[in-house]
Amino acid sequence: MVSGLINPNSVVYEKKERRIRSAPADADEYAVELIDQQEIFDILFLNIYSFFINLEQLVLIHHIRDIKDPEHPYSLEELKVITEDVIEVDDKQSYVCVTFTPTVEHCNMATIIGLCLRVKIMRSLPSRYKVDIKVAPGTHATEAVVNKQLNDKERVAAALENPNPLDMVDECLAPSYN
Amino acid sequence: MDLLEGRFELKEIQTLEGHTDRVWSLAWNPATGSAGIPPMFASCSGDKTVRIWQHSGLQSWDCKAVLEETHTRTVRSCVWSPSGKLLATASFDATTAIWEQIGGDFECVSTLEGHENEVKSVSWSASGSLLATCGRDKSVWVWEVQPGNEFDCVSVLQGHTQDVKMVQWHPSIDMLFSCSYDNTIKVWAEDGDGDDWQCVQTLGESNNGHTSTVWALSFSPSGDKMVTCSDDLTLKIWGTDAQRMHSGDGYAPWTHICTLSGYHDRTIFSVHWSREGIIASGAADDAIRFFVEDKESSIAVMDAVMVTIVMVSEVDGPSYKLLLKKEKAHDMDVNSVQWSSLENKRLLASASDDGTIKIWELVSVP
Repeated sequence: MVSGLINPNSVVYEKKERRIRSAPADADEYAVELIDQQEIFDILFLNIYSFFINLEQLVLIHHIRDIKDPEHPYSLEELKVITEDVIEVDDKQSYVCVTFTPTVEHCNMATIIGLCLRVKIMRSLPSRYKVDIKVAPGTHATEAVVNKQLNDKERVAAALENPNPLDMVDECLAPSYN
Repeated sequence: MDLLEGRFELKEIQTLEGHTDRVWSLAWNPATGSAGIPPMFASCSGDKTVRIWQHSGLQSWDCKAVLEETHTRTVRSCVWSPSGKLLATASFDATTAIWEQIGGDFECVSTLEGHENEVKSVSWSASGSLLATCGRDKSVWVWEVQPGNEFDCVSVLQGHTQDVKMVQWHPSIDMLFSCSYDNTIKVWAEDGDGDDWQCVQTLGESNNGHTSTVWALSFSPSGDKMVTCSDDLTLKIWGTDAQRMHSGDGYAPWTHICTLSGYHDRTIFSVHWSREGIIASGAADDAIRFFVEDKESSIAVMDAVMVTIVMVSEVDGPSYKLLLKKEKAHDMDVNSVQWSSLENKRLLASASDDGTIKIWELVSVP
């Protein structure tokens, strides 16, 4: 029997060592802390680690529907859907760009993953931020189509008013307690 | 007065709060602002409501009415009939509502159904006898206004390959323009025998057109030019033979005149050409910009304060110059910029993702 798993041989990467965020002793506690790459990454994947797990589950449940074992052992970070290096942040210019790599080339879940990333960032960062979400070049069959959709705010707004995509995004962003 | 010789600043008159979500669009009531009738405009929002704002005698703008509990999703665009008596609102709930001011209240007198899903734009023809709507289902609908607030769909126009962002009637003849996520602008006209509508021209990349979503368009005061704005970060000016257009002697095609590039940093959502000839643009970089035609394209009036005046690439055709850039006009994306038709003041209203509307006056500084 042919397995329904589209990407059965995922390359699993080591998780990156976390750098310790240190506050100098003489730091002004009222100083405005700049938002950097790691912080965005943390917002997406560490502080809300469950986001990660949910996202992965979502991909599995909604995309690879016929998979026999829904308990996929790897997280999206381990599958390199997104790494800290591909998060571009310019706090002064209030700009964030996240480039993600769908683990399978024909993953039609790319749009929903991108939508989850956008919503997560929108809900976590100050509203002054301009956010671009992109599929890494050469990783998706319909890269330009996905990028255009993800960055059209009218389509994003409409999608988030429709019960189906909204449920999927909420499901993905909901805290999990495991 | 030659606009290029003057120096201008954009003075903020008032910030209007009330909407609880992003404000998508706004429209000035054309029948107000003269003959002692205080100026009025409508705004619509992701909060599913429409608000009516009116200038009070105290030099301030107040919210006169909130139109709610009719649309069940985002209200994306609004437009007044030429007489100013009716207001049409297009919503993501797949309907277009028609509102009439009865006494002091606005009542929904008709609901236009037919689009499969989100309606994104609505436009009233110059005569007031036709209405057009467009949306995510890629279609453009033409409606005939009948007595008793009845609206009959006379044509469903297919042609765009992606969702249609905006429809706009020509200011003097019954010709319809639409722009789309498919990067093109289409021109629609009635058949010779007058019983159906067809696409008479498509302005796409092969016509020096846009390379990404076209979000909006606006006509010059005389109607022989049009400006379009896009996700490709440019404004494009198009022109036609006005004489031929009005003579009815065959179709007068539109051609590309020039492209204003290098000015905008993010998607341009809105563009509006004033009666006086000033083009205003609103973009996702939170800024509002103003452009004017430079009639003597070889002379650039440079000014220390206005260092941003830059020559536009075209050497032969008309060129347009940046008159003023207002950075941080809003805290978030500027979704709509609309000039009022007041004659004695250059009054502009802008709507933003930050949930506010701002009233501005473009004033000359000595």
